[in-house]
Amino acid sequence: MNALDNVCFTLNGKEVEVTDPDRPLIYALRNDCNAKSVRYGCGLEQCGCCMVLVDGVEQYSCTLLTQSVAGKSVETVEGLASVDGLHPIQQAFVEEQAGQCGYCLSGMIITAKSLLSKNSHPTRAEIVEALDKHLCRCGAHNRIIRAIQRAAELMS
Amino acid sequence: MSLPKLPASLAANPSLNRWIAFLPNKTVRVASGKVEIGQGIVTALQQIAAEELDIDLSKLSLASGDTEIGPDENYTTSSLSIMASGAAIRAVTSEARALLTERAALRLNCAPEDLEISNGEFLKNQEVTGVDYWDVADEIDWERNATASFPHKTTSSYKIVGKNTPRDDLGKKVMGSGFIHDISEKNLLHARMLRQPSPEAQLSYLDEEAIKRAAGGDIQILRKGNFIALIADEEWLAEKAARAAYQHAVWSGVSNIPKGAADARNLPGQDAVENFYGDQVTADSTPGKKLKVTVTRPYVAHASLGPSVSLARWENKKLDIWSHGQGMHPLRRNLALALSIDENSIHARHADGPGCYGHNGADDAALDAAIVALEIPNTWIRMQWKRDEEFAFEPVGPAMQVDIETILDANGNPTDWTTNIWSPVHVQRPGAPGVVMLGAKSLGAVAPEGDPADPPPERGYGGPRNAFPAYKVGQTHIHHHLIREPAVRTSALRGLGALPNVCAIERMMDLAALEAGKDPVEYRLSLLDDDRARSVLQRTSELCDWSKRGASGTGKGLGIAYSRYKNIAAMAGVAVAVTVEKEIRLEQIWAVADAGLAINPDGILNQLEGGCVQGASWALKEEVKIEGAGIVSTDWDSYPILRFSDVPEINLELISRPNDIALGVGECTVGPTAAAILNAVAHALGEPIIDMPLTRERVMETILKE
Repeated sequence: MNALDNVCFTLNGKEVEVTDPDRPLIYALRNDCNAKSVRYGCGLEQCGCCMVLVDGVEQYSCTLLTQSVAGKSVETVEGLASVDGLHPIQQAFVEEQAGQCGYCLSGMIITAKSLLSKNSHPTRAEIVEALDKHLCRCGAHNRIIRAIQRAAELMS
Repeated sequence: MSLPKLPASLAANPSLNRWIAFLPNKTVRVASGKVEIGQGIVTALQQIAAEELDIDLSKLSLASGDTEIGPDENYTTSSLSIMASGAAIRAVTSEARALLTERAALRLNCAPEDLEISNGEFLKNQEVTGVDYWDVADEIDWERNATASFPHKTTSSYKIVGKNTPRDDLGKKVMGSGFIHDISEKNLLHARMLRQPSPEAQLSYLDEEAIKRAAGGDIQILRKGNFIALIADEEWLAEKAARAAYQHAVWSGVSNIPKGAADARNLPGQDAVENFYGDQVTADSTPGKKLKVTVTRPYVAHASLGPSVSLARWENKKLDIWSHGQGMHPLRRNLALALSIDENSIHARHADGPGCYGHNGADDAALDAAIVALEIPNTWIRMQWKRDEEFAFEPVGPAMQVDIETILDANGNPTDWTTNIWSPVHVQRPGAPGVVMLGAKSLGAVAPEGDPADPPPERGYGGPRNAFPAYKVGQTHIHHHLIREPAVRTSALRGLGALPNVCAIERMMDLAALEAGKDPVEYRLSLLDDDRARSVLQRTSELCDWSKRGASGTGKGLGIAYSRYKNIAAMAGVAVAVTVEKEIRLEQIWAVADAGLAINPDGILNQLEGGCVQGASWALKEEVKIEGAGIVSTDWDSYPILRFSDVPEINLELISRPNDIALGVGECTVGPTAAAILNAVAHALGEPIIDMPLTRERVMETILKE
C-alpha cells in the first residue's frame, strides 16, 4: 500500500489517516480508528446499525467507501459525550431506558442527531419517518421515539 | 429436622464461592450462570442481591456466564432466570449476610440480632461500629455448601427490589460500547466461514487461487473436511474472500427442496413421533355443537440484528472463548465434545450480543472460532458470521399447524377439547438426538441417534407449550405430532409453541362465544376461575374500551387474548385495534400483565412491550422462505420485520402483586399479541385469516372470497 493512497479525514474532530481506500468505511472506523460504536448489521444498507454522520448527513458506513470521506468530517457515537457528560441524546436514551439489547442504538442515535439538527422539535410522525430506515428487533421502538422527543426537550 | 430444599440452581452448584465473593476493593461480586440477552436480567439479579445484602447497587457487580467463576445454570431460556437464578442468589445472599453478621457479632461482643447493616457496614444501636462485611469476610469458609436455611428480608422492607432501576449495560450501549463485537485483542485474526450449502453437501472443488485473487491481499484458507474458513489479519480481506468464496466452491449432495414443500400446511401427514397429553380419549362422543379452528404459522427466524460473533484463542493447551450464547457451561461441554479436548481446558465467557430470543447462530459461531483457533494457535481468532449466513444457518423456529375441535354443551360451554399439533422439534441443543453443531458436522461428526424430543411437560413442553387452555374446557386431549425430518434445522425461539397454540385457543374462544351468543370477554371470564387471570383480562378489556367495540366486518377491528405463559409464568392480556384495507394496520395495542413481585417494574414493561412488537411482527410479516438448498430469505428485504412505521402506540399496565412470587415475563405477551391480532382482523373482516403471516396477499384473498 502506497502512503499516497491513504485517506485523511476528520473523525469526531480529530484528524485521522487510514490505509486501504477501497474498503467500506465501517472497517476503517472499527478496526483502525477504534470507533467500535459503528455496528455491523447487514452490509446492505438495510438495517441502519452502521450509520455515521458524514459532514452532518447520516450515511451507511457498511457500503460507503473509505475514499469517499477524504477531507470530510465523520462523526460517530464516540464523539458525542464530552468531559461534561453524556450528550443530551444519549442522556435521553438512558432516561427513557430506550433499548433492550442496544445493538441498534448507535445508528439510531446518529440519525436522531441528524434529525434534531434540522428539526429541533420533530413530531412523532417525523421521528418515525426519520427512523424508518432503522431496524430494532427487540421492540423498543416506542421508547426510542420517546427518547428522541425527550432529547429535543433537553436540547431546547 | 429436615433441611430446607435448595433452589434447583443452588442444589446443582452448592458451594457458596460459586456465587459470591467479597472483593478487596469493598465490593461484592455475585455470579450467575444466566446471561444478558437484551432482557435486563443482570440488573434484576443485581437488585435481588443488593437487597438481601443491604448494600448499594454501586457496590455490587454481577459476573454472568463465566465457567471459571460462576455457577452452571445451563441455558438462559424460558422466562426462568428470575425464578431459578433469582431464587438461588436470594438464598446465597441472605445466607452470606447471616454468616457475616454472626462473625461481626462475635467481634463486637454482641448478639447478631443487635446488629443492623447499612451499605455493608454493621451498625449497633444505630451507631457505626467500624466493622463491615469485608472485615469479617475472610473468617468464613466460602467453599462451604449453601444451606438456604436463613430468613430472607420481608417484601415490605424492600428498598431496591420493586424499584425502577436503570440498566447498567444500557448506559454503556448508548456510549457505543459493551458488546462482544467490541473486544479487541492484539494480533487478532479475522475469520469468516464458507458454509456447506446444506447439511449433507460435500465439497468437490474449491478454487483457492480465485478466492485469494478476489481478496486481493494476504489471506489464509483453512480446509478440514467440509469446514472452510477464510482468515486474514485485516477484516476486509477476510470479508472479501468470504463474499467471493461462494462462486468458487463446487458442492455435491446439495439438498433440493421443492418450493412450497416446507409450508406449514404440508406438515400433517409427515412422518412424526406421536405424543399424547391430557385426558384419555373415550369412544363415547359428547353430544353438542362441534366447532373447529385451524391456525398455522411458517418457520420464523430469530433474526438478531447483529450476526453471530465469537473470539477464541488456543494457547498452552487451553482454549479461551468469548461467546454471546445462552449458556457458557453448556457451551464448554459442547465444545469439548466437538473438539475432543478436556472440558476443563476451556474457559468460556459470555459477553453481550445483539438480542437473542433463543438458540441462534451464537453457539455454532463459537465452535467455528474454536476450530480455527486450534489450527492457528497462540493468537486470538475473531469469527464473524455474515448477515446471509445468520439468516441461512441459524436454527429457526418451527413451522406449526394447530387444529382445535371442541363440542359446546347446551349452554354454549366447551365440554370436550381436542387439539392436534403438527410441529418439528422446538429444542435441538447440541448433544440431543440428531444434533451436532454446524462446524462439527462439517468435520464429519455423526449425530447421536434417537427420536427428536421436545422439553418434557415439567419444563413446559415444546410444540404443545400453552396448548392446555387456562379456560374450563372439559376433557382435554392434546395430540402432538412431532415431525421427524423438517426441511431445515429448528430450535428454541422465544415462546416455543406458545404463539400458535395461544392463537388457536383464542380464535376458538371468539368462535365459541359467537356460537354461544355471548360477548367474547364475558364468555372468557365465565370460563376462567383464577382471580388473577380474571383481573388481567378484565383490566385489558377496560383499557381498550371493549364495551364500545363496534360491529364486525367494517374494516375496523378490536381483538383480545389472554394467556399465562407455560401456564406457570407471568399472565398477560393483550388487546389490539386494527384497520384492514388492503393491508393490516395496527392502530393501538394494550397489554396488562401480572408477574407477581416485580423486581424491576420498568424492565418488565420493556420486556412486555418487546414481546408485543415481536409477536405482532411474527403474526403480520415474518416467514422464513425455504427452497432448493435451504433458507433463501437471507436479508431484511426477503425477511421483513415490523418497522417504526408499523409499530403502534402500546399502553402497558403491570398489576402489582408484591406478596406473590416473581414470575418470568420475557415471553408472556408474544402469544396473546399475535392471537389478539388474529381476532382483531377476523372482527374487522368478518372472516378470519388463519395462516400467518397475515400478508397483503392473504388479506386480499379473504376480502375477495367474501
